[in-house]
Amino acid sequence: MSYNTLLVLSGAGLLGALCGVVGSFAVLRRRALLGDALAHATLPGIALAFWITGLKSLPALLSGALATGVLGIAALSWIRRHTRTREDAALGLVLSVFFGVGIALSRHIQNAVPDGSQAGLDTYLLGKTAGIVLQDVLAVAAVSLFALLGVLLLFKELRLVTFDAGFARSLGWNTGLLDLIAMGFVAIAVVIGLPMVGIVMVAALTILPAVAARFWTDRLGALLALAAGFGASSAACGALVSAAIAKMPTGPVTILIAGGLFVFSALFAPTRGALSASLRRRRERLGLGTRLVLKELSERGPLAQPETALQASGVPRAKRAVARSVALGWAAWREGDLALTPAGEAALREARS
Amino acid sequence: MNPSEPSLFEIRNLTVAYDRRPVLEDVDLTIPAGKLVAIVGPNGAGKSTLIKAALGLIPRLSGAFFAFGKPFGRADARIGYVPQRESVDWDFPVSVMDVALMGTYGRVGWMRRPGKTERLAAEHALEAVGMREFARRQISQLSGGQQQRTFLARALAQDASLYFMDEPLAGVDHATERAIIDLLRGLRSRGRTAVVVHHDLQTVPEYFDEVVLLNKRIIASGPIEQAFTATALHEAYGGKLLTLGPLAPEAPSEAVREVRSER
Repeated sequence: MSYNTLLVLSGAGLLGALCGVVGSFAVLRRRALLGDALAHATLPGIALAFWITGLKSLPALLSGALATGVLGIAALSWIRRHTRTREDAALGLVLSVFFGVGIALSRHIQNAVPDGSQAGLDTYLLGKTAGIVLQDVLAVAAVSLFALLGVLLLFKELRLVTFDAGFARSLGWNTGLLDLIAMGFVAIAVVIGLPMVGIVMVAALTILPAVAARFWTDRLGALLALAAGFGASSAACGALVSAAIAKMPTGPVTILIAGGLFVFSALFAPTRGALSASLRRRRERLGLGTRLVLKELSERGPLAQPETALQASGVPRAKRAVARSVALGWAAWREGDLALTPAGEAALREARS
Repeated sequence: MNPSEPSLFEIRNLTVAYDRRPVLEDVDLTIPAGKLVAIVGPNGAGKSTLIKAALGLIPRLSGAFFAFGKPFGRADARIGYVPQRESVDWDFPVSVMDVALMGTYGRVGWMRRPGKTERLAAEHALEAVGMREFARRQISQLSGGQQQRTFLARALAQDASLYFMDEPLAGVDHATERAIIDLLRGLRSRGRTAVVVHHDLQTVPEYFDEVVLLNKRIIASGPIEQAFTATALHEAYGGKLLTLGPLAPEAPSEAVREVRSER
């Protein structure tokens, strides 16, 4: 692996980690989609910045991106406060209108400006690692590191304001400022993620790692660490694949990997995952079933064809429950009838105490 | 105002409106130090709004506050807040200990971590509400009563002089209700004051020293004997006061005494 590839990988990794961490707070605050609106609102800014400066310099384009991104969020909060539009509708509205303006603007510029088609504005839609200059990678890495440090320093404040903003305000904290800082971190992550992951996909990189990490832990610190790890590995793999395969954009690959991590977590995480939850439910039902088998046998005496009889009186998974009762020595077959054993009586008494 | 009972918190001319619909009108209220004060009133009377406004959590159309004898602008850690249990996401990834520790955040300062002193304070607070053994448990695994105890532990860890509590007794089991009342009395014996939004009129005389009867404006406020009268209750609740048997309009003070002597 070349030195350059290593640099790109660590740049993407740091970016992914930042997205995972700031996204965790956004998801817990139920503001997951804010990043998406912001990302889509950056496109007019990128186009305008290129039109004005005539340069493809990353700082210029990203400054433009940040400007209209923030404008989009401001528009969102204005619509919510001064009209009767609900939050979800306002979000969809801002997202699509700003994006539409951005697409129209960039097409216009590519036609009007000589050399415009070379602006590569389209690479901002889906992200591209190949075209990126090393200097820019370093800048992305530095900003990511800086922002991660900021989140770490404000961990306590962000935790409280995310969990219980009212209580934070009652302590005299400026929660408006904290909210602004939290959103500022999301804005930074989204904007510096644009060249690598792209407008369409970057918000998903703030959501997926956080949601996937939630399946594995009940602690905020661990959640942030895991989300950072998921984000970092997704972004790094995305960059690697995009660099290796011609014309493969980074964003979709990154999100595919992050999505895979989410699906894996949702299915296989212990206790919170779907699989272990369904196993637990089955076990509980079997436990309940076994208890009901003992109860029925003690009340009704030995039963011929117990499976059918028990099923009819509402014992769940009766066949397994009967087999289990026999295996545990709580019930036994006597001349074709299933009967309670002394051990079964004791077990029933214990269950009732 | 009686000089022997210094006012701890004072509200003057408070008006709050949601969407131009007034919720509280011209509220003047004085909270004396070292008392347990109940705020009661029908649904939509503005009980929660009153304490949220006092803490500066929601904007007001008019009004001024005075705390500890000085104009009270921004909330600070001397005044504690126990929000309604439903106001937070109980699936949030924090432990009981984490929540109790949040009570100390006000004196830790930004960008600093709580130290040993704060951990000790949080542990003591959990002990006091009987939640010590659940300290490491994630908050989604708590019953309603345990959630409420956790919130109270956070308030205790804060060690405030005055507490505003929003329905701490709503939907808790009997044991938790007893524990919370004992806790409130403990606070009072240490000279602290608690203003508690309460929903159960029957227990007001037993649990509290003072009462504020609220229905968008103050109907009556003061010591139970003076303010918790059938006339005032009738005015606050209108015709909705059918469940309160012993308090007949004809015999206000006797009825209250009767309720109290049942204990």
